[in-house]
Amino acid sequence: MSNVISEPASPAATPTRGSPPSPKRRAGQSPGRRQEGRAGLLFLSPWLLGLIGITAFPMLFSLFLSFTNYDVLSSWEFLEFVGFDNYRKIFTTDPIFWKSVRVTLTFGLIAVPLKLAASLGVALLLNKARRGVGLYRSMFYLPSLLGGSVALALVWLAMFNGDGAFNDFLALFGIEGKSWINEPDWALATLIVLSVWQFGAPMVIFLAGLKQVPTELYEAASVDGASKLRQFFHVTLPMLSPVIFFNLVLETIHGFQGFTAAFVISNGTGGPVYATKLYTLLIYDKGFTDFQMGYASALAWIFLAVIGLITVVFFSTGRFWVHYSDGEK
Amino acid sequence: MGRPTAVSRVRGVIGAIVLIAILAVVLYPLIWLLGGSFKSPTEVVSNMSLLPTEPTLGNYPDGWSYIQGVPFGTFFVNSMVISLLSVVANGVSCLVTAYAFARLRFFGRKVFFALMIGTLLLPGHVLIIPQYVMFNEFGWVDTPLPLVIPKLLATEAFFVFLMVQFMRGIPRELDDAAKIDGCDPYRTFRHVILPLSRPALITTAIFSFIWTWNDFFTQLVYLPSVEKYTVPIALRLFIDSSGQTSLGPMMAMSVLALMPVFLFFLAFQRFLVEGINTSGLKG
Repeated sequence: MSNVISEPASPAATPTRGSPPSPKRRAGQSPGRRQEGRAGLLFLSPWLLGLIGITAFPMLFSLFLSFTNYDVLSSWEFLEFVGFDNYRKIFTTDPIFWKSVRVTLTFGLIAVPLKLAASLGVALLLNKARRGVGLYRSMFYLPSLLGGSVALALVWLAMFNGDGAFNDFLALFGIEGKSWINEPDWALATLIVLSVWQFGAPMVIFLAGLKQVPTELYEAASVDGASKLRQFFHVTLPMLSPVIFFNLVLETIHGFQGFTAAFVISNGTGGPVYATKLYTLLIYDKGFTDFQMGYASALAWIFLAVIGLITVVFFSTGRFWVHYSDGEK
Repeated sequence: MGRPTAVSRVRGVIGAIVLIAILAVVLYPLIWLLGGSFKSPTEVVSNMSLLPTEPTLGNYPDGWSYIQGVPFGTFFVNSMVISLLSVVANGVSCLVTAYAFARLRFFGRKVFFALMIGTLLLPGHVLIIPQYVMFNEFGWVDTPLPLVIPKLLATEAFFVFLMVQFMRGIPRELDDAAKIDGCDPYRTFRHVILPLSRPALITTAIFSFIWTWNDFFTQLVYLPSVEKYTVPIALRLFIDSSGQTSLGPMMAMSVLALMPVFLFFLAFQRFLVEGINTSGLKG
């Protein structure tokens, strides 16, 4: 797991059966090497086209749009360059922007740690169990697989409604329920529960990581008289830190991009009172409901900047707590 | 680990009980959905139990014809067409891209690879507006093209990454042997890498299908007219109406919507679990 995101092995890493490539030969490229170069670019061409046409150009285009009043409905002649107006409005006068930022951060800060804790906890239990691990693993994974589908969001809607199954369950204990998804204080919590419920994917990755921890380490620790708890904190967690890091980055990015459940459960509004207005809903709303495409592009670029910043923070702080067993940092 | 002692056996039993309890909570919503789809309109709101007391099939035909003028089958066909096209598009484009990254040496390879990894982290919501404007200018909105063409251009970097990881595991001696036998990079791809990459291709195909089938955001943006709707977009129409009468039909159609994914799950559990193991693919 420690090398999940690294360079592909260079073709030259394994010595080929001819003479080893000398600097001299590299200067005057051999016909085989030149053919390989051409083939490489040819095989890469669909991706290159996609990178330019579907990713890079739209990104620059969106940066350009973010300084305009473009609305998709009127023709290009009416496009006006508005400078930093969109950005200024977002930060100063948009009543929903800050609310939405808060909702998104709250969601990420609660849902991601809970999901990681749940997935690690169940993975530890499964790692101990000998019998039926494969079956359990698959069953726990099922909700993740059904993931962001509308059908699941509808299930949640029906379960956490005022007359939904969850309240019937609470009634068994004499607790009076409420319409959770319609309560500003609780609507986001139901989304968090939905997200945590899908802990199967990080769990499978944790399980794979736990298998890599050498049993000798536990034996040595127990000879030294370390309790199970100490073993967990001094052996399991450090050995697992690259996998924890991997899951943390993945789940955070995944969490920020949540859309379907919030959109479906609030019927597109992000309500009640913007309590579930995730940032992605805000972008969609401005772009495709109000057709303020320029404004929405500015929102999108702020989103990109924040996600980039968070990724950088993760990777730069990771050095302090992620331990690779082979000493590589 | 030593002989199983009484203590460790008790621990094992407790562990199993805890696991089963968690599993019950995890699977409850799905079983409840399935049971609810067979409940009558009165029972679906009053009876919280998993199984209906008087099972009825009525929700299924009701849900099927719920949307005026368009039978639910249309949405299934639309979803199926887009999902299958996505499977083919992703399979072909990501395979050739991964081959270039994993096996060939060419100008700019390292930079391109870093860019590819970078696009992994790029949220789709940032690109959706300019892409929409672009595809709108092309006249592609309300057709499957905006949903399929990007996949034909290997923009699903997850799959490229997965296949690169996989191909790195194929012994390089095979390429060298092929080279000595006179194979150029194209023939090596065709006769060595392609046949050996089958497991990675299958994983990609399964996840492509499931992701596209479950996708909501892009389909919502690009398919505005009802007869072009896919299953997820059509399902959303059930909550536009008020009143509880639609809950049963909604659950019935949700069950049908989850069916293909569930069948894939039953058939390919192993591939799915290994797929996320090697690459961290989400559900």
